[in-house]
Amino acid sequence: MTARPYNFAYLDEQTKRMIRRAILKAIAIPGYQVPFASREMPMPYGWGTGGVQLTASIIGPDDVLKVIDQGADDTTNAVSIRAFFAKTADVATTTDTTQATIIQTRHRVPETPLSADQILVYQVPIPEPLRFLEPRETETRTMHALAEYGVMHVKLYEDIARHGHIATTYAYPARVADRYIMDPSPIPKFDNPKLDDCPALQLFGAGREQRIYAIPPFTRVVSLDFEDHPFERTKFEAACEFCGSRDSFLDEVVIDDKGGRMFVCSDTDYCQKRQQAQKKDAAE
Amino acid sequence: MYVAVKGGERAIANAHALLADKRRGDRAIPEISPEQIDQQLALAVDRAMAEGSLYDRELAALAIKQARGDLIEAIFLVRAYRTTLPRFGFAEPVESGAMAVRRRVSGTYKDLPGGQVLGPTFDYTHRLIDFSLREDGDGAPASAPSAPADLEAAMPRVTDIIAGGDLIERNVSPEPGAPVADVTRDAPSYPAPRDARLQTLARGDEGFLLGLAYSTQRGYGRNHPFVGEIRFGDVDVELFVDDLGFAVPLGAIAVTECQMVNQFKGGDGEPPRFTRGYGLVFGQCERKAMSMALVDRALRAEEFAEERKGPAQDEEFVLSHSDNVQATGFVEHLKLPHYVDFQAELALLRELRREHAAATANPRNEAAE
Repeated sequence: MTARPYNFAYLDEQTKRMIRRAILKAIAIPGYQVPFASREMPMPYGWGTGGVQLTASIIGPDDVLKVIDQGADDTTNAVSIRAFFAKTADVATTTDTTQATIIQTRHRVPETPLSADQILVYQVPIPEPLRFLEPRETETRTMHALAEYGVMHVKLYEDIARHGHIATTYAYPARVADRYIMDPSPIPKFDNPKLDDCPALQLFGAGREQRIYAIPPFTRVVSLDFEDHPFERTKFEAACEFCGSRDSFLDEVVIDDKGGRMFVCSDTDYCQKRQQAQKKDAAE
Repeated sequence: MYVAVKGGERAIANAHALLADKRRGDRAIPEISPEQIDQQLALAVDRAMAEGSLYDRELAALAIKQARGDLIEAIFLVRAYRTTLPRFGFAEPVESGAMAVRRRVSGTYKDLPGGQVLGPTFDYTHRLIDFSLREDGDGAPASAPSAPADLEAAMPRVTDIIAGGDLIERNVSPEPGAPVADVTRDAPSYPAPRDARLQTLARGDEGFLLGLAYSTQRGYGRNHPFVGEIRFGDVDVELFVDDLGFAVPLGAIAVTECQMVNQFKGGDGEPPRFTRGYGLVFGQCERKAMSMALVDRALRAEEFAEERKGPAQDEEFVLSHSDNVQATGFVEHLKLPHYVDFQAELALLRELRREHAAATANPRNEAAE
């Protein structure tokens, strides 16, 4: 063993180059799933190996990294991934959305709008939006090539016929740059509108499934819907118990065994910022 | 006041410390060494090397110790180490016909050149728990018995003997210098070439492949197999060095090879011949090598225009689900938080129930819609 048994940010430089090539292709063909030779990572598949490989390939010594899971910086897996990069790349980390240059996320898009000098890296379990309609990769690749997306609309229509609503509440399919239908990863559909015309580069990595895809900055992203059943964002009747926000995605917290519950922001940084601002206002 | 659960770095650190404590167990019991695992749990080491796809006994033994004996976890540790290693070349094909054989059995011929060699096998043991193993000095012989026959004698592969009479399909020789698939460096695509398929099976989960192989024997893609030969022993690994202009030996590895002889095919002007299924695994892993050979043959259904009616014949299904590191990761990731998605589902479910309640309370409204 040499003094440095692992390269900067864990992956060797050849692997990073291979992943960067896949990223460039993904940016050139928005929403298209680029196959890449995913590596085994020191955390299990399903824990964000795709996102970790993307981050490892784009991160430099001057980057500031933020990692969230379920919108929060302090969930165990976010803590673990942040510690991984702090250790292997020795980079600065932050919980502040505005300070980060790279934000790796699982299941959420931050409430605070992103800027053009930021990259949002999504961890993706199943990159193929058609997978649950057609299990075969050979079939779905052909369907994408021919833009044959009828089955997806039929599925959404069947939801409406059965439930009166489109019954997809997360991983809600969207069309990117008027061409490919993509799975935005299991973010709640509440977050889908944030994908559209976003100034930040959005990268999606699926390690186990060996796919990378991207939404370049300022790209049109339209959630699928029908004229008479337009896409609707999930609405909450409650406000955040801590900061009073009515515009953020709320986690439901069960507070006793008698049915008591309260709602709090899922985005911890957003919530804390608002609470600090309120305290400051009150003090002034 | 309720404080949202903080995952917290301290909780993780404590969990790791607890794990290390549990791994060590009762301090009054002597600690097990990687050398002991290598020597006395050798078949576990073989499996960790095979499915970890890295031939390194010392590392695999250490991984088994670190994983508390959880072999899939050990395989995962080996894989995550292997993936960081640089690739400096591809070895020459190993010559299994020149293997230093420690075991060799055939199900197709009673006797054959080189003979049958039982070697170290459980095959004819009675599965009675040997309570004498509780004690030290457990009745192992002072030295290993030696073979009565000369193991140095040539042991041609059984399939080569059958091929001599043109009774089995010929192995297509690859073009010299043709690129070899590397499933660890390329994303899979279907249909997969046979080299990629065999690599995937070689590192696939033993239990998964065993179940699939078993299913072909029970009618889900039957292919009438005979064990032409199973051989286990050491083969030399050589690397062709361009600067030198010749191949240099890197060392020897122990492998198990299984050649299945399967139902015959003919037609299109070809005389009928047996077909082949092939298995090759690091270490002594006969169950795995045999399962691999059965599944390899099952996956050739399309090639032989056989009706595909069993899961074992479905290439995309088999190859994309055989990796236990991938499988265990994705199954177990369900224990990670899914609060946000669950919340989104809750919100929709409540809305649907409200609408349902309203419709039930006032059925006329629904009829009017």
